[in-house]
Amino acid sequence: MKRLFAVAALLGLCIAISAQTRDIAPATLIKNATVLTVSHGTLTNTDVLLRNGKIAAVGQNLNAPSGARIVDGTGKFVLPGIIDAHSHTMMDGSVNECTKSVTSMARTQDILNPTAIGIYRELAGGTTAALLLHGSCNAIGGLSTTVKLKWGHPAGDFPIPGAPPGIKFALGENPKRTNFNIPGLTPRYPATRMGVEETIRDAFTRARDYKRDWDDYRAAVGHGEKNVMPPRRDLELEPLVEILEGKRFVHSHCYRADEILMLIGIADEFGFKVRTFQHVLEGYKVASEIARHGAMASAFADFWGYKMEAYDAIPYDVAILTRHGVVSSVNSDSDERARRLNIEAAKMIRYGGLTEEEALKLVTLNPAMQLGVDNRLGTIDVGKDADVVVWSAHPLSVYAHVEQTFVDGELLFDRQADIARRQQLEAERKTLEAADANKPSPGGGPPRTPSEIRRAYVHADDIQDREDQPR
Amino acid sequence: MKNYLRYFLSSLAGSYSTASGSARDQRKTVILRRAFIPLTTVRGSVTARLFASVMILISLSCTLVVFAQDTDRIDPQLTNTPLPTYVILNARIVTVNGPEIEKGSVLISGGKIAQVGANVYSPAGAKEIDGTGLTVYPGMIDLGTNMGLVEVPTGAPGTVDAQELGDMNPNAAAIWSVNAHSAHIAVTRVGGVTNALSLPSGGIISGQGALLNLFGSSPREMALVPEAVLMIEFPRIGGGGFGFGAPNITSEATTQRDRRIEELRKIFRDAEAYGRAQDAYRNDPKSVQRPQTDPKLAALVPYARGERPVIFRAEREREIRAAIRFAEEMKLKPIIIGASEGAKVASFLKEHNVPVILDGVLNLPLREDDAYDSLYENASKLQAAGVRFCISTGDSGAHVRDLPFNAGMAAAFGLPRAEALKAVTLYPAQILGVADRLGSIEPGKLANIVITDGDILEARTNVKYVFIGGRQLPLVSRHTMLNDEFKDRK
Repeated sequence: MKRLFAVAALLGLCIAISAQTRDIAPATLIKNATVLTVSHGTLTNTDVLLRNGKIAAVGQNLNAPSGARIVDGTGKFVLPGIIDAHSHTMMDGSVNECTKSVTSMARTQDILNPTAIGIYRELAGGTTAALLLHGSCNAIGGLSTTVKLKWGHPAGDFPIPGAPPGIKFALGENPKRTNFNIPGLTPRYPATRMGVEETIRDAFTRARDYKRDWDDYRAAVGHGEKNVMPPRRDLELEPLVEILEGKRFVHSHCYRADEILMLIGIADEFGFKVRTFQHVLEGYKVASEIARHGAMASAFADFWGYKMEAYDAIPYDVAILTRHGVVSSVNSDSDERARRLNIEAAKMIRYGGLTEEEALKLVTLNPAMQLGVDNRLGTIDVGKDADVVVWSAHPLSVYAHVEQTFVDGELLFDRQADIARRQQLEAERKTLEAADANKPSPGGGPPRTPSEIRRAYVHADDIQDREDQPR
Repeated sequence: MKNYLRYFLSSLAGSYSTASGSARDQRKTVILRRAFIPLTTVRGSVTARLFASVMILISLSCTLVVFAQDTDRIDPQLTNTPLPTYVILNARIVTVNGPEIEKGSVLISGGKIAQVGANVYSPAGAKEIDGTGLTVYPGMIDLGTNMGLVEVPTGAPGTVDAQELGDMNPNAAAIWSVNAHSAHIAVTRVGGVTNALSLPSGGIISGQGALLNLFGSSPREMALVPEAVLMIEFPRIGGGGFGFGAPNITSEATTQRDRRIEELRKIFRDAEAYGRAQDAYRNDPKSVQRPQTDPKLAALVPYARGERPVIFRAEREREIRAAIRFAEEMKLKPIIIGASEGAKVASFLKEHNVPVILDGVLNLPLREDDAYDSLYENASKLQAAGVRFCISTGDSGAHVRDLPFNAGMAAAFGLPRAEALKAVTLYPAQILGVADRLGSIEPGKLANIVITDGDILEARTNVKYVFIGGRQLPLVSRHTMLNDEFKDRK
């Protein structure tokens, strides 16, 4: 009983703390800003009202509801929250389940760390939502999670309710483990792009049979047969059946043109659609084929040359795909780049001549479409989620920084508040450094070694998990 | 001969390529061929020149079709013809070290900037460039690259030449290994970066860096200063890592660091003594015994004497202080590269007048509890404290073209815009002691000039013209060629 009481007290404390830090303004009125709606052009001297987590009104001289927070948007720019269509942020422990070539039973939603500092840094760069993908070390990877970056909330608040489920596929050097042949590690099939094709084909062949078994079983039950045994559930094949039924999005990591065509071929044969080609560095070479298949594309702006299969990557990729009618986005695949996707989008004006509106779509509406959440994210329109960012200047300018970031109407990043808190944090750090545990040991030796920070992921394609790295 | 050459080329391609399609292999062959048979740079004996001409003829005749796709070969016309005279008219001119000229002209002659002003003399035969609506800037300079030393960092070790084995490699000089035909070079210059310091990396003394013009058919032809700096990875606790996670502060680690610093101290002292011994012998060869030649120490002498700058990699507060104290003790001419915690030691840097190359503007903060913008605003804090600094990408080569956006980010977080521009033009030139030749639009300086249709630091801006060494270069790179090849494919 005592223990229960302690737990209850702790819980109460937690709630108290979170309530204390949680922003509770019922409404926010951003006044007199330049609003980049993405859906219907640029509105100057315009107000945006956020209420009950939604964009309640967009217009001039709006009235503030009582108790509303007023944000002076004079000289500032309002853009929908940036959506990162390829992220591994807050994925604690590991991004890759590497031990098999098909790991569709592994779920990213189980490893979300809501305290990962990357979340806050990304909010400070205007990013409010992300597609969290399994890594690229196997042909069919784990299940993805579509999240809002709800800093300060428990992990369960991050996944966007109703967002279509997805899965990660990967082609090329990573699933064939080209750059990971480390002495002592057992090699894993496949070792060639041919083997990658075979791995995917084999998995879908099994999934098709598995689906038939279930279809037969359900039909039999439907006919009133009593003595039929259900097939044994297979957690690896279930998600693949969902793909065949069009209920789960395939987001496939790919680089070279040949492997892009390979996956299109398999998808056509088994009757499913690839939702997005991710990275898709040589997508520009087969843009027509991608368009005809009906897939979308999510690429780096100008990252290239870091390995052989990235040597033909060009920064004109996104523009060429866009001009061929492929809905494209620019992603980060990096906790670093996710803080400045606005600049990555701006580069696409330089490389390939996209318009400003097209460039803005690359990080807002287009990724929302790719994630299947464009009904609620990606533009400044009444009724959409109040995920909006106030910028100091036009967000396609290198001189712009984020002033405030709202997610579901809640103020989750505020530059002035951040700056105001720094002294307090510095003082807290000093206190901690002076604490007994951090003092030099009595023998005069150095202080105890702090434990290493867990870091599953640093940078794009940095998929070496701890066990991969030579010690 | 033909067959031999083909065999030679295909064997190179074979050792270089990984599993890839035939078209890719072809392109690689092209790159390698260019790397090994410089077209225009063989100087020296008549025989050598004759041999080179024959080789060029043979290679051209037998491989013309293959090279049709060649993406960044330097047209021999560009280097074999005399330097033209150009006049840029009616442009906005951002001189960087003087007032901006709202509407003016620049005369480029003999590889140099001849005149700048509202009205310049335009000699007959000068190529006129209409600068209406355009802005003239000095080319940008990145002091923290491995340009030409690393083509593909992962999976193609044959293309990686940045790090030699062993700890002390003062005689490893980038100038010997820069691949003048790296795709990175044209990709970088068409973005407006005209100069890069190419540095070796790794070990303790990594080697000597070369300051390059990003144009030329051979490393020597590209070099403004072939042996410009000495690169030192200043020993630190837990060194060799990537700066992530907590360093392992054990007494062994501390001892090891101290031992490495001691080794560094010793080799500089040896070099200094070696230099004196050589001088003594030179001055009095009759009575002084001839000292043994030691290439390692010989390479170090000008640095040990403080005649040329030494770049120390140091990120954290204590490492920066230690590196500077070490440099002063050894009477070196230090530059700090990295300086992620530079803002915390700004007054120390100022006091000791040590310049800093900030190559981590876009890195993640060092510590989890660092302010989210600690590296974005590092430059503005150093600038406010009066520290000499410049901004670099710190990239090995492929992404050096992003230099302006690194400076732009610093400007988004407090660095005045004019300072951000200087941080990638004039300041790097000053820090390396080449401001007499680079870094601003001034008569007498090398004509490394970029003309844009807007603010050069903005990602939205397009580069319209690039001049290096007074020569207008085509805005062609591996990337533009691939774009041209595929953009209209149905």
